[in-house]
Amino acid sequence: MEGIAQAQAPATMEPAGGMQGFVADWSSDQRAFKNVSWGKAMMWIFLLSDTFIFGCFLLSYMTVRMSTTVPWPNPSEVFALEIAGQHLPLILIAIMTFVLITSSGTMAMAVNCGYRRDRARTAALLLVTALFGAAFVGMQAFEWTKLIHEGVRPWGNPWGAEQFGSAFFMITGFHGTHVTIGVIFLLIVARKVWRGDYDTGRPGFFTSRKGRYEIVEITGLYWHFVDLVWVFIFALFYLW
Amino acid sequence: MSTASGPLDGIPAAEVPDVELYHPKSWLTKYVFSQDAKIIGIQYSLTATSIGLVALVLSWLMRLQLGFPGTFDFITPAEYYQFITMHGMIMVVYLLTALFLGGFGNYLIPLMIGARDMVFPYANMLSYWIYLLAVLVLVASFFAPGGPTGAGWTLYPPQAILSGTPGGQDWGIILMLASLMLFIIGFTMGGLNYVVTVLQARARGMTLMRMPLTVWGIFTATVMALLAFPALFVSAVMMLLDRLLGTSFFMPALVEMGQRLNHEGGSPLLFQHLFWFFGHPEVYIVALPAFGIVSDLISTHARRNIFGYRMMVWAIVIIGALSFVVWAHHMYVSGMNPYFGFFFATTTLIIAVPTAIKVYNWLLTLWRGNIHLTVPMLFALAFIVTFVNGGLTGLFLGNVVVDVPLSDTMFVVAHFHMVMGVAPIFVIFGAIYHWYPKITGRMLNEAMGRLHFWVSFLGAYLIFFPMHYIGLLGVPRRYYEIGETAFVPASAATLNAFISVMALIVGAAQIVFLFNLAWSLRRGRPAGPNPWNATTLEWQTPETPPPHGNWGKELPVVYRWPYDYSVPGAAQDFIPQNHPPARAAE
Ligand code: HEM
Ligand SMILES: [Cu+2]
Repeated sequence: MEGIAQAQAPATMEPAGGMQGFVADWSSDQRAFKNVSWGKAMMWIFLLSDTFIFGCFLLSYMTVRMSTTVPWPNPSEVFALEIAGQHLPLILIAIMTFVLITSSGTMAMAVNCGYRRDRARTAALLLVTALFGAAFVGMQAFEWTKLIHEGVRPWGNPWGAEQFGSAFFMITGFHGTHVTIGVIFLLIVARKVWRGDYDTGRPGFFTSRKGRYEIVEITGLYWHFVDLVWVFIFALFYLW
Repeated sequence: MSTASGPLDGIPAAEVPDVELYHPKSWLTKYVFSQDAKIIGIQYSLTATSIGLVALVLSWLMRLQLGFPGTFDFITPAEYYQFITMHGMIMVVYLLTALFLGGFGNYLIPLMIGARDMVFPYANMLSYWIYLLAVLVLVASFFAPGGPTGAGWTLYPPQAILSGTPGGQDWGIILMLASLMLFIIGFTMGGLNYVVTVLQARARGMTLMRMPLTVWGIFTATVMALLAFPALFVSAVMMLLDRLLGTSFFMPALVEMGQRLNHEGGSPLLFQHLFWFFGHPEVYIVALPAFGIVSDLISTHARRNIFGYRMMVWAIVIIGALSFVVWAHHMYVSGMNPYFGFFFATTTLIIAVPTAIKVYNWLLTLWRGNIHLTVPMLFALAFIVTFVNGGLTGLFLGNVVVDVPLSDTMFVVAHFHMVMGVAPIFVIFGAIYHWYPKITGRMLNEAMGRLHFWVSFLGAYLIFFPMHYIGLLGVPRRYYEIGETAFVPASAATLNAFISVMALIVGAAQIVFLFNLAWSLRRGRPAGPNPWNATTLEWQTPETPPPHGNWGKELPVVYRWPYDYSVPGAAQDFIPQNHPPARAAE
C-alpha cells in the first residue's frame, strides 16, 4: 500500500515525513487508511456512532438524576447481596464486571489464534468468550429479577427518585442487548471458524462474500467496545 | 505515468482483495432486492418523492386553512396540527435526508469516485428496505385511531404525549417515534457504506483533493448524520418509554384537566437539547450535499473551474464541525443561562464565515464564465438567491435579542423555508435535470423544464417573501387561525389568501415536473454518454446508463481534479478526470 502513495509523488522528491507526510498519505488515492480493510473501517465508524448513542444515554441519565427533586436511592445498598450471612455491597456487579473484562482477554487470544490459522483454538476461545458474555447476561437477568421482586419498576421504586428505575432498566437493557447481539455474532463466527469457512473461502449466506480471519478481529473490536461501555456504566451508575 | 493504459504499473491494486461483486441471477434480485447502489439510489429517490408528495398535499391543506379561515370546515384544528407535524417531519427527514444521502449518495458516490459499487451492498440493500418500512409505519399513523401526531415536528414533550395533543395518547406519537427509530437504523446501514466507500474504495489517482465537491458534501453530511442521529434515537427511546411505560425522563410533575399525572422530576429541557443536537446538524445534513452538488452544477454549466476548490472543501468540513456546537440557538426562548445564549449566538454567527466564503466562491466561479442557462444552471442560480436570502434572515434569528420577539412567528417559518426548504429542493431539481440523462439515457424536456423552473422559482418567492412581513407583524406560527387581534391589520388576511393561491400554483407546477420525468423516459432526446461535456467520472462510463459494476472490465484511473473546464491550450473546453496528461491536448 505504501508503494502507491510513494509512486504518486514525483520521483525526485523524498517522501514527506512528519505531519506533512501524514496528511499526504491520508489524502492520497484509493484509501485513506492504508492497511485497513473495508470491514474494519466500517466497524470503527459504527462504533463511533454507537459511542454517541451511549454518550447520550449516560448524559440523559445524569441530567434526570440532577433534575429530579426526590433523593436518589443509594446504589451500593440497592445492589447489595446477602451471601452466607454477609452483607456485600455491589458484589454481583463486581463479579459481572470481572466476567466481562475476562471475556475481553479471551477475545484477544482468539484474535491472535485466528491470525495464526489455529482453527480449533480460535473457535474454542470464541466459544469461551461467548460463554462469558452469556454468563454476564444471565447475571444481569438475575439482577433485574431481584430488583423487580423488590418492587423496582421503570415508573417507580420504594426508595426514592423514580428515574432510578427508568435509567437503570433502560441503560442496562440497552447494553445487555449489545452483549446479547455480540454473543450471537461470536457463536456465528465460531461456527464459521470451526467449519473452516475462512480457509475454504465459502461465501456467506446473506452477502455471498468470502469471509477472512480478520472477521474475528472485527468481532473483537465490537466486543471490546461493549466492555468499555460497561466500565462507564459501572462507574457512572453504580459507583456514583 | 508513462503509458496511457498501464497506470502505476507493477503496483498491486488495492481494490483487488475486497472487490467481490454480487451478481444477481433473477429479475427479483436485479431490480427489486437489488444490491446495486444505482438501483438502490433510484428506489430511495422514488420512495422519498412519493412521501414528499404527501407532504406537499399537506402544505396545500394548511395553506387553504391559513388563507381562507373558516371556509374549509373539513380541516379541524386538531387536523391542522397533524398536517403541520407530518409536513415538517416528512419534508426534513423522509424527503430531503433520504433523497440527498440515500438517493444521490447511492447513485453518485460509487460512480464519481470510480468504484464498482458501495463496499457492503447487502447492508446497503437492507438500508433501503428498512427506510421503506419506516415510511410505511409513518403512513400507517394516518390511518391509526386518533390519527398522526400533532406535536409539531419538534415533538416537544410534555405536550407530545399528553391527551391535549392529537395522537398524544393514541397511536400517533408511538408510530412517529417508532418510524424515526427505524429510519435511523436503516440510515446507519447506508451511511456506514457511504463513508467507508469514500474513504477506502476510491479509484487509482482519486485522491481526496480530487473528489468532486458533490462527494465531499455528501460524505461530510453522512458523517454528521452518523453522529447526530444518535441523539434523536436516544430521545425517541426515552419518549417512547415515557409514553408506554410511564417513566418520567422528560415529564415533570403536571396537572392535566384537573388531574395530577403520574409523572415527576423529568426534564423537558433535556429533550430539547437532545432534539436540537440532532436538529441543527440535520439542517446541514441537508445543506452540505446541496452545497456540493450546486458547486458541480455551476462549474459544469458555466464551463469554468470552481473558484477556490480547497477553500470549498475546508468550508464544508468546518461548517460540518461547527454545526455541532450551535444547537441551542433554537432554545433562546426555552430558558437558558444568558451566558449560554451568548456562547451559542457567537458560534452561530461564526458559521456565517465559511458559508459566506462558499457563496463568494460560487459567484467568482460564475464571474466571466461561459454561462449556459440550462435548466440545471437556472436551478443552481435560484439556489444561490434563495439561500443567501434565508441566510440573511438567519443572521437576525441568530442574535438572542432579535430572536426573542421573532421566535415562533411566521418570520421563522419564512426563514427556514427559504434556507432549508426551498433552497435544497431547488438543488434537487437541478440535480435531477443534470443527472437524469445518465440515469435513463435520455434528456428531460427543456421547455417543460423551463416552465417548471420559472413557476417554482417565482412562486416560491411569492409564497415565502410576504411571509416574512406577516411574521414581522407578529402572526404566530402553528396557529390554526388568528381571528381578530389588535395588532394584526386586516390586510394580512388578504396577503395570506394570496400566499395560499401561490402555494397551490407552485404545487401544480410540480405536476409538470412529474409528467416530464415520465414522458422523457421514452420520448426524451437520446442523451449520449456525456451531454453536458462534464469532466467527472460518472460521465465517462463505457455505457449509459451504467450497468451493474459501472466500469466494464477496467476501473478508471484518475489523473486530474474534476474542474478542468476551458483549460487554455486544450482541444476541448473540458478534460475528463480520467484523461492522462499525455492525451490532454487531443
Ligand atoms: C410548496 C412548498 C411549501 C409550502 C407551501 C409549505 C407550507 C408550510 C406551512 C403553511 C407550514 C406551517 C406554518 C405554521 O402554521 O406554523 C409549514 C411548516 C413547516 N414546513 Fe413547509 N411548506 C413547503 C415546503 C417545505 C419544505 C420543502 C420543507 C423542507 C424543509 C418544509 C419544512 C417545514 C417545516 C420543518 C415546518 C414546521 C413544522 C412545524 O411547525 O412543526 N416545508 N410549511
Ligand atoms: Cu439551528
